[in-house]
Amino acid sequence: MIKERTKTHFSAIAMAAMLGVSALAAPANAETLRMAWAQDATGLDPHKQAAFSSIRLLELIYEPLVRLNANLQIIPGIATSWAFSPDGKELTFKLDPKAKFQNGAAVTSADVKASFERILDEKTGAVNRANYSSVASIEAPDAGTVIFKLSQPDVPILTAMTDTNSSILPASEIAAGTIGTTAIGSGPFKLDKWDPNSKEVLSANKDWAGGPTGVDGIEISVLPDESAILAAMRAGQVDFALLNDPLIATLVPREATLQLNRAPALAYHVLQLNPSRKPMTELAVRQAISCAVDRQAVLDTAALGEGKVTGPLTMPFFASDPNGLFCYKRDVEKAKKLMADAGVADGFTATVIAATGEPPTAAAEAQVLQAQLAEIGIKLDIKMMELNVYVDTWLKGDFDMAVALNGGRPDPYTMYNRYWTKTGNLQKVSNFADDEIDSLMQQGRAETDAEKRKAIFNAFETRLAEQSPWVWLYTSYGYTAQQKSVQGFVPMPTGSMFSLAKVTVQR
Amino acid sequence: MNYLTRRLAAFPLVLLGVSVIVFFAIRLVPGDSITAMLGTEAGLLTPQQRDALAVYFGIDQPWPVQYWRWLLNLFHGDLGISATYGKPVLEVILQRFPLTLELALLSMLIALSVGVPAGVFAATRNERPSDLAVRVAAMIGQSTPSFVFGLLIIYVLSAGFGVLPTMGAFTPLWEDPIRNLGQLILPALTLGFAFAASVTRVSRSAMLDVLSDDYVRTARSKGASARSVVWRHALPNALIPVVTLSGIEFGYLLGGAVIVEQIYALPGLGRMVLEAILQRDYALVQGAVLFIALNFMIVNLLVDLAYVALDPRIRLENQ
Repeated sequence: MIKERTKTHFSAIAMAAMLGVSALAAPANAETLRMAWAQDATGLDPHKQAAFSSIRLLELIYEPLVRLNANLQIIPGIATSWAFSPDGKELTFKLDPKAKFQNGAAVTSADVKASFERILDEKTGAVNRANYSSVASIEAPDAGTVIFKLSQPDVPILTAMTDTNSSILPASEIAAGTIGTTAIGSGPFKLDKWDPNSKEVLSANKDWAGGPTGVDGIEISVLPDESAILAAMRAGQVDFALLNDPLIATLVPREATLQLNRAPALAYHVLQLNPSRKPMTELAVRQAISCAVDRQAVLDTAALGEGKVTGPLTMPFFASDPNGLFCYKRDVEKAKKLMADAGVADGFTATVIAATGEPPTAAAEAQVLQAQLAEIGIKLDIKMMELNVYVDTWLKGDFDMAVALNGGRPDPYTMYNRYWTKTGNLQKVSNFADDEIDSLMQQGRAETDAEKRKAIFNAFETRLAEQSPWVWLYTSYGYTAQQKSVQGFVPMPTGSMFSLAKVTVQR
Repeated sequence: MNYLTRRLAAFPLVLLGVSVIVFFAIRLVPGDSITAMLGTEAGLLTPQQRDALAVYFGIDQPWPVQYWRWLLNLFHGDLGISATYGKPVLEVILQRFPLTLELALLSMLIALSVGVPAGVFAATRNERPSDLAVRVAAMIGQSTPSFVFGLLIIYVLSAGFGVLPTMGAFTPLWEDPIRNLGQLILPALTLGFAFAASVTRVSRSAMLDVLSDDYVRTARSKGASARSVVWRHALPNALIPVVTLSGIEFGYLLGGAVIVEQIYALPGLGRMVLEAILQRDYALVQGAVLFIALNFMIVNLLVDLAYVALDPRIRLENQ
């Protein structure tokens, strides 16, 4: 490979010299971006795939109605404009007349209607369906307009629509039942080849409504070992890579030709307590655990300090200063007193579950927490599990405590309604309901004024930290590494790599 | 019925046993295709959504019904469809197998061409410093995990020399033999290194045994040269344990070398099975394990036949 590249390079220079032009005069978009990641997509149906790795591929092929920018503000996707009716029960979108699917057909309101009806149909098993419980009907008065009629005001619905899981698919492909086997979207790249767990070949979609892409195509190699990814970047074989392990990411800046991109992530590392299991049924015990945990030390030890201590809300607009939250400054004496108040001064034994390698810091986090909680007499037994076994156990709520990395969302309601409302789908996992928290969530869902919403969710966050059903620890970074010759990548808090659409390579 | 026919007749029975074990074992592990695809988001599904996905993945029926259906299809040569790849299981396996076979053969070649001469050399210099040196090297080779050795090679090449064979996109032998060898040589070295160490140790001790046998003494007393004694008289008999060891190792390698494939990003059988287990791609796991079991049985049979070729005193009928 190296030899071959040197040869190509040499002949390019020779040719340039012969023609009397500079080799650098080649247009920037004549390049293919060579990319690598450790985990491959697991499927092509954008409505069904929830894995981070799948979304990273699908977001380059499919488009939602609206998107988020790096500041988590909503910007146009397939829709150029949108508006809520004054009563908040109607949401109207105007579609981009230039938007085209990769099969040449224009994206129309019929496609939007068919796509959302597919998501709402329980037979699809669409992962985002839970976010659209307020949708009563979808109307398509003309080819360029779509109206969502809602049963109640639902502000977060717009943020849910920014998800790749709510992508617009061709109505014809839905009818033909080919979603998941072929990938025809309206996004910046077409999928030419997918060899699962080995490679993907994408080519630029010349018809993309967003204009020309910065590269001609993207070739993604699946290199399951991240140290091998770093080695391949050192050797100049890979231009751009997605990294997961902070230990590997921190090595990137040591290489002169490489650059590390870090974006604070919305996902949060958390110690989930199970408030339905004794003695964590007692508020004082949960608070004691919260007071006994040194969040900064967990971050420093398990993740080399690569992150930021966080409260429940991780999105910059809503997040408050964690230092103002209950017991965010470690206080072992207070923790011991709370344990004594709850009648468990001698401590207790509990099992904490964690998934092997997911996140890579899970085992280290569990160990640090084990040492910290030992100081107030809590003996933690760590049980490491294969990811799927962990997920199964987690979904059943069958644990005393769980070390978790839970996904974050740009909207607090969408992020937490599943756990902290009384009708939340994951009540079985959180095992905690509180009237005040539930009521604050409902208020936040209906409120349209941004500042008022912020105040509501601030109160929600304060109450949640005080009730300590979970102990929120820190948010880490989403990492990508690139050759310095790659330009124009914008890291996103959602982990989205959509800006690859405009990236250029100057080799 | 002769030996070969009897051995071949036992194949279907063994495979049936393997199929039962793998079918139920993979389903006994908590989690299923739905949690593998959706992770914790699976908790957001309504019961109806969950049922629809179960039908999609073919896991809606009770296990015995699922097994029976799968077995019936198997008799028609249909191993099912892989949920991850969206292709017939056999096609996916056969796509991955050439790489695995080539890697296994290459690493065997490296191991035997280094291990056997080293073992013989050490045996003929029993307890001398050169024997000790070979034994220490073999000990290091055997006790260095392949991921350490593999990562070390990658690190030294990329950090020290800025070169590395292409990883990720694999080139088959028939498309570009040179590029293919370039991609496989380091993984084969990594695997062959540890394997050569075992071969060295086994061939050394077997050789030592044989060298003290009566017939070797007779050959020596009849004036055969040292070279002829070692290579012509002793070695063929000393090879039997080496063949046994190689057979077992080769059988394992045909099941894929997970760690080495992982480090060098080779799309072989081992990684495929690992991913299939993690994704709970039941059809693929079942098909692949059957395929690997069949390979193992064939290799075992070949090893038994090799014994006869090496030592005419062995009669398979009496085993």
